[in-house]
Amino acid sequence: MTELRDLYQQVILDHNRKPRNFRVLESANRTAEGYNPLCGDQMKLYLDVEDGVIKDAAFQGKGCAISKASASLMTAAVIGKPVDEAEALFRRIHAMLTGDVTAKGASSGDGLGKLAVFEGVREFPSRIKCATLPWHTLRAALSGAGEAVTTE
Amino acid sequence: MSTITRSSRMPNAGAGGWDVERIRRDFPALHQQVHGKPLVYLDNAATSQKPQAVIDALTAYYTRDNSNVHRGVHLLSERATEAYEGARRRIQRHLNAASHREIVFVRQATEAINLVAASFGRTVVGAGDEIVISAIEHHANIVPWQMLCAEKGARLKVVPVDDRGELIMDEYARLLGPRTRLVAITQVSNALGTITPIRRIIELAHRENIPVLVDGAQAVPHQAVDVRELDCDFFAFSGHKAYGPTGIGVLYGKEAWLERMPPYQGGGDMIKLVTFEKTIYNDLPYKFEAGTPHIAGAIGLAVGLDYLAGLGLDRVSAWEHELLEYGTELLQAVPGVRLIGTAREKAGVLSFVLDGVHAHDVGTILDHQGVAVRAGHHCAMPVMERFGVAATVRASLGLYNTPGELEALASAVRSAREIIAG
Repeated sequence: MTELRDLYQQVILDHNRKPRNFRVLESANRTAEGYNPLCGDQMKLYLDVEDGVIKDAAFQGKGCAISKASASLMTAAVIGKPVDEAEALFRRIHAMLTGDVTAKGASSGDGLGKLAVFEGVREFPSRIKCATLPWHTLRAALSGAGEAVTTE
Repeated sequence: MSTITRSSRMPNAGAGGWDVERIRRDFPALHQQVHGKPLVYLDNAATSQKPQAVIDALTAYYTRDNSNVHRGVHLLSERATEAYEGARRRIQRHLNAASHREIVFVRQATEAINLVAASFGRTVVGAGDEIVISAIEHHANIVPWQMLCAEKGARLKVVPVDDRGELIMDEYARLLGPRTRLVAITQVSNALGTITPIRRIIELAHRENIPVLVDGAQAVPHQAVDVRELDCDFFAFSGHKAYGPTGIGVLYGKEAWLERMPPYQGGGDMIKLVTFEKTIYNDLPYKFEAGTPHIAGAIGLAVGLDYLAGLGLDRVSAWEHELLEYGTELLQAVPGVRLIGTAREKAGVLSFVLDGVHAHDVGTILDHQGVAVRAGHHCAMPVMERFGVAATVRASLGLYNTPGELEALASAVRSAREIIAG
């Protein structure tokens, strides 16, 4: 059962039970919707971006423990960050989750702080999309594409 | 982990001559470990495991008889043709169809339904016409009709279900009208396990001279099917859910309908004569079987159905029913479990949600205890919407499942709640 604990770490379980920034953000000027048709996870991400900086971030929706914790930790991580840093974080997280060793910053969770708890998800191929959904939604919101992103 | 007290309702393996341990020996895939635990395979509504007889039939075909059918003048082609057509006649007998001309080989139930939508639908359905389906259909019995309706300007009418997951028959009767061209309804719901009153559905439609297509994908593995007794006009099923190979299924159609219907696809084998001016189509059922078919699959499917018949379909149904009742009782005793689909007539499916734990997380935790289930919308998103859930966990039964496996399921569900909800 050690492997299962790699996936469901305490931090993930905690953010699943008590997701941070789980609300509608009235001041949002960027929003995007994310959808995973495999499991029906749906989320809406709200960003307040001013002068190239993410002043505030929040989300709503329903999903599994992994996607909810990922959205919770992601919003906490990007608040106060310049947009280009948030995008760099997307690339690092994506590389860590998909094991893309060619990506800059290697594929480990080193230096990612709390976000490193998702490193174990890589060993669960059917769950990687749960963790990446909020991040793809973040990128859609930042690019202002306006269309719902799906994991498929 | 909680221990489970055996209840008085626990099915007695070996009762009535049902020796489940002996039957399990026929299925090699059941005997393996996943994540260090013995496999508990409860994803039978997605696909069943295969008995050794089916695996052997595929190997024997490719080892000895492999050749193309209906065209060779050599011995191997004659053997392959004989085996392929022999399979068709065995399947005809299994369904009690009147003629082998009514048995069309397709890839699976999905293709069977698409065939009818394309061929029958395009011929018979016009602007303003109506097709009646139900609220508990698999996407395969929704989307082809939606596509047809969009193309023809026809309308899709949906029979609602009650909170148990049973069709509301008064509403059904009201939906049948002068513009109804076809009723397409499942015999057993894949997402809820509801057994629909299919005889009554057909009877009511026939009173208005409306033909009926039955989606039998979840019925064939669990019960005897007699298409003449049902008097259905079309019956679709997949081989792989009924202990046969993937990639092979059957469309049964009454000969009178199939004769009137144009071909579905063009190509080899479906023609008698081709010139650039015109083509004369082949006789039934070949008119609907363009191209080299899945010969090995057809042979394997016949062996799978023979295997089922050999065990006795009534005994298969009875065993699975006992398992279903026992599994229902076990799951209802797990704190936080809510069963979705509590129809009075059910077959083979335990669909549920767990309070505070998403179905996907339940699925992963169960997998790590060796228990294979499906978590998601089961290709029936309107069903999920009807019951106000995004996804359910679905444990679906096969003839080789045991009471002990259901205990393992219930125990794993308890641990899922402990891990996630704390």
